[in-house]
Amino acid sequence: MTSLKLFAWLTLLFPLAGCVTLALLGRRLPGRAPGYVGTAALALSFGSAIATLLSLLDQDHHHRQVVAVAWDYAASASVDAQLSLLVDPLSVFMILVVSGVSMLIHAYSISYMDSDRGYARFFAYLNFFVFSMLLLVLAGNFLVLIIGWAFVGAASYLLISYWYRRTTATGAGIKAFVINVLGDVGLVLGTFFIFKHVGTLDFLATFEKAGEEFERGNADLTAGCILLLVGAFAKSAQIPLHTWLPDAMEGPTPVSALIHAATMVTAGVYLIARMHPLFELAPTAADVGAVIGCLTLLVAGTIAIAVTDLKRVIAYSTMSQIGYMIMAVSAGAYAAGLFHLMTHAFFKALLFMAAGSVIAAMAGQQNLDKMGGFKRAMPFTFGCMVIGGLALSGVPPFSGFFSKDEILLLIGDRGGWYWILYVAGYVGAFLTGIYTFRMIFRAFLGAPVPEARELEEGHLHHAEVHTNPATGEVEDTDVGFPGADHHIAEREPSMKLAMGALALLAIAGGLLQVPKVTHVIDHFLEPTFEESALYHRELSDGLIGFGLVLGAVAGLAGIAVAYLIWVKNPQIATRGRERLAPLHRLFVNKWYFDELIDMLVTRPALWFGAWAQQTFERVFVNGLLVGGTTGVVRAGSSAVRAAQTGFLRYYALLIVVGMVALSLYFLLNA
Amino acid sequence: MDIGWFLAVSALIFAIGAAGVLTRRSPLVILLCLELMLNAANLALIAFARMHGNHDGQIFAIIVMVVAACEVTVGLGVIVAMQRRRLPIDVDEMQELQG
Amino acid sequence: MGELLFFVAGIGALAGAVGVVAVRNPFYSVLALVSHLLCLAALFLLLRAEFVAAAQVVVYAGAVMVLYVFVVAYVGGQDEPLGPRAGSGLRAISAIFGAVLFIELCVATLGSGLQLIDSGGTPAPGSFGSPEEIGRLLLTKFLLPFEVASFLLLIAAVGAVVLARRRGGLSHAEEQARYSAMDMLRPAYTGTMAEAVGGRHTLPEASGENQASGEDDAAAEPVAGRAEDDR
Repeated sequence: MTSLKLFAWLTLLFPLAGCVTLALLGRRLPGRAPGYVGTAALALSFGSAIATLLSLLDQDHHHRQVVAVAWDYAASASVDAQLSLLVDPLSVFMILVVSGVSMLIHAYSISYMDSDRGYARFFAYLNFFVFSMLLLVLAGNFLVLIIGWAFVGAASYLLISYWYRRTTATGAGIKAFVINVLGDVGLVLGTFFIFKHVGTLDFLATFEKAGEEFERGNADLTAGCILLLVGAFAKSAQIPLHTWLPDAMEGPTPVSALIHAATMVTAGVYLIARMHPLFELAPTAADVGAVIGCLTLLVAGTIAIAVTDLKRVIAYSTMSQIGYMIMAVSAGAYAAGLFHLMTHAFFKALLFMAAGSVIAAMAGQQNLDKMGGFKRAMPFTFGCMVIGGLALSGVPPFSGFFSKDEILLLIGDRGGWYWILYVAGYVGAFLTGIYTFRMIFRAFLGAPVPEARELEEGHLHHAEVHTNPATGEVEDTDVGFPGADHHIAEREPSMKLAMGALALLAIAGGLLQVPKVTHVIDHFLEPTFEESALYHRELSDGLIGFGLVLGAVAGLAGIAVAYLIWVKNPQIATRGRERLAPLHRLFVNKWYFDELIDMLVTRPALWFGAWAQQTFERVFVNGLLVGGTTGVVRAGSSAVRAAQTGFLRYYALLIVVGMVALSLYFLLNA
Repeated sequence: MDIGWFLAVSALIFAIGAAGVLTRRSPLVILLCLELMLNAANLALIAFARMHGNHDGQIFAIIVMVVAACEVTVGLGVIVAMQRRRLPIDVDEMQELQG
Repeated sequence: MGELLFFVAGIGALAGAVGVVAVRNPFYSVLALVSHLLCLAALFLLLRAEFVAAAQVVVYAGAVMVLYVFVVAYVGGQDEPLGPRAGSGLRAISAIFGAVLFIELCVATLGSGLQLIDSGGTPAPGSFGSPEEIGRLLLTKFLLPFEVASFLLLIAAVGAVVLARRRGGLSHAEEQARYSAMDMLRPAYTGTMAEAVGGRHTLPEASGENQASGEDDAAAEPVAGRAEDDR
């Protein structure tokens, strides 16, 4: 038992040690050494995670929820605040995914970020992020969860605005942070609503008491769960708190791969899965989660078909897939949702890495309109992208197929109005195929663009004037802006290694949970979800068969449509854009969510700020309160000062007057 | 004569002296008026001594005379010093306490 | 007989008081006060305070008033300037308050319910107010006030001397004579006002040379030299 706790702490502390080391010494280390230090810290963390897994498997199947307490912060005011970790199958699953994928992304970044002047800072921030994410998933009580949640938000901000001299990047960072803070508020308020009745912050104690304290559908519990959902939606970029995710692509590609594909955005999914006893007692909240998840997956899918920035296509794809996961865990398909979380981490990180390689070949340019024909110049990248794309589209036997279909099967099994979500899920799968392969075909097939031709001749395109890809502003390559050189996978062994590992996992990962054949994930996660009624469900064979076939067909159909439009007959794309112009405009403008939020939230806030500064501050605070106080004091003192004339006789008169008054007083009293 | 008459005279002299202190501008005359007030007090003391039949009031009056003499000495020394420094001998000109 | 003397002395005292206040010329005010003091001495005699009356005439009217005469002669008996400065308003108010003060004092003393006010006083032996009695009391019961009063006289005398002294500060020779051990260790003229004002000068014997060579260089060089020494 103690070795289990030890390994859990080590998993948490290795990235922290890496971060501190790099923060203090990073500038002094030469060349790529900071990258190696960061990756080594993650490798050690991954090793500890595996050791934790093995120790956990040593335990009895029904005793696999272990709490490791470091110390008590405060035992006062009936709030039990402890620094404690909960090591159970769910958290071990998450730390394996997080540390494993992070390790590979660190390896990728060693080469990718090589010429950047802030190299050590990058790895310090990445290590800090991994530490925060591990803290979040290992949290044993609400307090540590909130701490980890906040740290992850901060790390995201630091990494999005990593190229801090770019105004677009800093603006995106602030946008992400503000929306995340909104989620934090929801999380904390939700915690309070639950704590009010249960009286403890500890997870296991809360879940035990929840059954007694709350009857099914209790208003406080539903409110608390919906507030927790607000937190989950902000972190996982679900509607309506999703507008930060596309802008977060301003960060470097490894950041997008790690945070905004594999780990941070899955924090919401983890939250709902962890709080499942509460959500099962508040079915309204769970339904809200499922509906929002479904809505997001459709809206994001439609937007992804229309946008032209390579990274943003993948970002909207992430949003869509997270929608699947949220829908799954809200509907009780916990193992399926977490399985999809794992496979998604593999293939999405792979897609981002490949996209980074293509962007490097284009010397920083991210627009799909300017790309084409890289297949011959970058075969390895092309292969990885295709593998990732097939996994994403849910084509058998790649991993995405099994995970996505398991989700949809379990949702269909719920019955009732969940059939709508079931159908929407398959429509989403179809859209996924379309936009994924639109992206791949446009970037890799077709006539090679000049950069691709240069690369075929063996010369990597190098921009003379560095510009911001979004706005075209001229930049330099000093610290705060991207470095001068770019690195593609074909030339960097560490990038090839990382991408290759992820490709293998994307291909083979699905075998962990083939329906009716292997049940590794189900079985492993069972101790966490033992008391859940929704967890143990037997699916009918007919439904399974139908679902698998439908899923495969939807994915392949999407790929076929994409091939038709963007490879065989490009006219269809242009004609479609003209004929369906309003629809196209809706998609390209991201369903006008940014404008809506601007009108509803930003503008009133700015107006209020201006009013506060000009009117309230000037008139009321400065004029009335400050000016009034000083005015009163000044008037009083000038009144008193009138008595100081300086004339001796005047003072003598005052003495006499005083004498007279005093004797009058005594005379009258006597 | 009744003691009351002496007390009335003393009160009158005191009031005259007080009015003089408030009214005159030359510090010299102000000191003179202060002497008036002190003498009025002396008269009252002697009267009360007579009234009670013991000498305490008279001893007090002698000590008051001593004090008056000291005060006159120092006050006149100040006036002489003012004259030496060519400051105007006028209490209304000494306004540095203003403000 | 006593009443007659009382009225004569009383009116004399009041006339003198009014004269002190109302007369323009300070010399005449002093004379008015002298007459006032003499009348007051007569009143004291009526109250059987012989020693005090004598002291009044000798000390007060004699010594103190002579001092006043000397000072008036020195300061000058110029007429008091009639200026508008805080003039009329103060005058009226002063008169009013003076009157009020008088009324209050009368009420306080005469209306106070002391039984003996209306009489001539308690019967007293013949030696009441005689020097023997006063002297005996001064040396027994009132010894401490007596000694303190003499101390006060000493202080006043010293104060008067200090006030009237010519104040010019230390002369140059005197300042130079006041060296201490620290002055041996410090360079000359450090810590003086001269240094603070315009740079250092050398000792007065050598200042003649410096003025010949130009003051700025002389001021700069010793300062620079000193700075190096200090480091």
